[in-house]
Amino acid sequence: MKIKRELGLIVVLVIFNVLCALKEPNYISPRNIDSILLWMPLLLVAAIGQFPVIVARGIDISVGSILGLSAITTGVLLKTHPNLSLLALFVIGALVGIILGCINGLLIAFGKIPAVVATIGTLTLYRGLTFMVSGGDQIDASTIPDKLTALANSGWTFKEVTVSWLLIIGITFAIIAACATRFAQFYRNVFAYGSNPDAAYLRGISPTMVQMVCYGASGLMGGIAGIMFLSRFGNASPSSAGSGFELVVIASVAIGGVKITGGSGSVLGVFLGCLLLSCINVALTALKFNADWQQLIYGITILIALIIDSASQIRRTRSAA
Amino acid sequence: MIRITSLLVLSTLVMVSCTSGGSNNEPTTSANTASNGKPSGDAGARLKVVFIPKDTANPYFKPVGMGIDEAKDSMNFDYKEQGPATADPTSQISVIKDQIQQKVDVIIIAANAPNTLNEVLDDARKQGIIVLTVDADLTGNESHRDAGILPTDFAKVGQSQLEIMAKQMNYEGEFAILSATTSASNQNTWIATIKDGLKDPKYSKMKLVDTVYGNDEPQKSSTEMEGLLSKYPNLKGVLSPTSVGLAAAAQVLQNSGLYPTGTKAKNGGIHLTGLSTPNQLKKYVTKGVIEGFQLWSPKDMGTLAAYLGTSAKRKKIDLKFGTEVDGPKGKLKLDDKGVVYAGDLLTFDKTNIDKFDF
Repeated sequence: MKIKRELGLIVVLVIFNVLCALKEPNYISPRNIDSILLWMPLLLVAAIGQFPVIVARGIDISVGSILGLSAITTGVLLKTHPNLSLLALFVIGALVGIILGCINGLLIAFGKIPAVVATIGTLTLYRGLTFMVSGGDQIDASTIPDKLTALANSGWTFKEVTVSWLLIIGITFAIIAACATRFAQFYRNVFAYGSNPDAAYLRGISPTMVQMVCYGASGLMGGIAGIMFLSRFGNASPSSAGSGFELVVIASVAIGGVKITGGSGSVLGVFLGCLLLSCINVALTALKFNADWQQLIYGITILIALIIDSASQIRRTRSAA
Repeated sequence: MIRITSLLVLSTLVMVSCTSGGSNNEPTTSANTASNGKPSGDAGARLKVVFIPKDTANPYFKPVGMGIDEAKDSMNFDYKEQGPATADPTSQISVIKDQIQQKVDVIIIAANAPNTLNEVLDDARKQGIIVLTVDADLTGNESHRDAGILPTDFAKVGQSQLEIMAKQMNYEGEFAILSATTSASNQNTWIATIKDGLKDPKYSKMKLVDTVYGNDEPQKSSTEMEGLLSKYPNLKGVLSPTSVGLAAAAQVLQNSGLYPTGTKAKNGGIHLTGLSTPNQLKKYVTKGVIEGFQLWSPKDMGTLAAYLGTSAKRKKIDLKFGTEVDGPKGKLKLDDKGVVYAGDLLTFDKTNIDKFDF
């Protein structure tokens, strides 16, 4: 039953890519595939963080600003401490992310503020902080150490196609999360809470605990994505780093078949959703669409993916009934 | 109860972020206040010139200040820089009031907003203070200052960018433009100038194969640059007249190894140029990923402002809109809004980039 849903997404992916390759043979050139594979990692990491949040009937809209603040804070530290190790950079980003995520969690779990409202608030708040932390300056390329950017431009190369270290990091997180959804008590609680909060409460699952951990985890992954942003782009500006990213993350989770009303979804689905969005974004460029049309086509493609998904869901519910 | 408290906390936090630093409008002095009490105003007396940047932290305005500072001895004035801590629309008002009280002779200001300073600047001018804007003008309120100095004539940027691209490509081969958004008017003007300029016979062997838009987002700009590299195997040049696009393109080009001295360069490699501040691209110029790129010179704006301000105060020139005045290097034309241009674009390359810090 569950597998079927991901199968549908795989079919969409294959059809999409075949159509693109037929229209523009260059779409499957190694350089273009590299471009798709570089599109994925940041999105995947943040989407894995967003996944339990949405399963638990919440949403984290602030993730774009969390990414930005993590990237900028780490960049500012790099200006004065250029010799920080790679591990230290990721730890700093993760810490920034956890703190911001926990603030979200506090507002939602204890303040009882609806998640949409709370994270719209912190989206602006955290963005404001990026300007304060950086004094409005951007983090220049010379601040970012080569060993960090190397994670984006090296990795495992098969026949001219490079699977960057960033993507390997992203996939590792995905595998960990996929295993955890099967075996970790936390994910069981998240699914139970998302399916029926009242029943979950009666079974002794603390809603505040579930929410705190969900938003903390989303913040953590957003923070890590911030370091990956520095690696991928080699610079960061307080205004643009991660700006608008939250919508891509939420779209990829939704396309990945995670029910926006909570209670169901899978990491494999999220992974496929990220892959499809990455393909779409690169296809817009590779197929030489007119720039004025790109957003429209992007929106239509996302809607088609969502409609196919919900249609297959309705059919499944009918056949089950 | 908890709910109300946290709502309060959230709203306070949001307010703090919105007005970030707004409560911190204490002006901060950051230069020598070497006023020695001499009477001012007469020709030959040492004048007092103050520069008010958008805020004290913005590195872009440091060279503007340097340009003014370096002229102080030859033009006989005392210089100080006095900016607000934050670039709020109203943060400069109290700074200007202070300067009026201190009886400065010339105020050079990069306005944070075109419409919030009218009254206080009128007060200043009633006291005989010459008010000049640099870089950020009082668009729509030009009558509240004596003249506006803009970095460069934007109409000439396109031609200048085409020429540096052409030089790097040795006037032949395919090139593409990586722009900001399809609705950015400066970008569109420059692109139109470039297309027009290509009709010149000296560019006859060059071909503009594509114009793509990175929306001034790092992600989109990188994907577009990667797309250019994969779509056009014979590409010899990329021109990105926007700093976000250029920085993203530089990183992509570096990773690809296709730049002229890169490991995978074919037929001389791909040349990348455009518009950006030097600090953003220093690393790539040092590594040879980018040979040279351009921007206007903030320092020249400062020098010109110092000249116009002190000369007008000494009544050597009259800053009347729509007239020609004597400039430091020949005649200068004030247009009918009182705008003058400081100079041509500067080219940054290996030989000079270390001299700039903005």
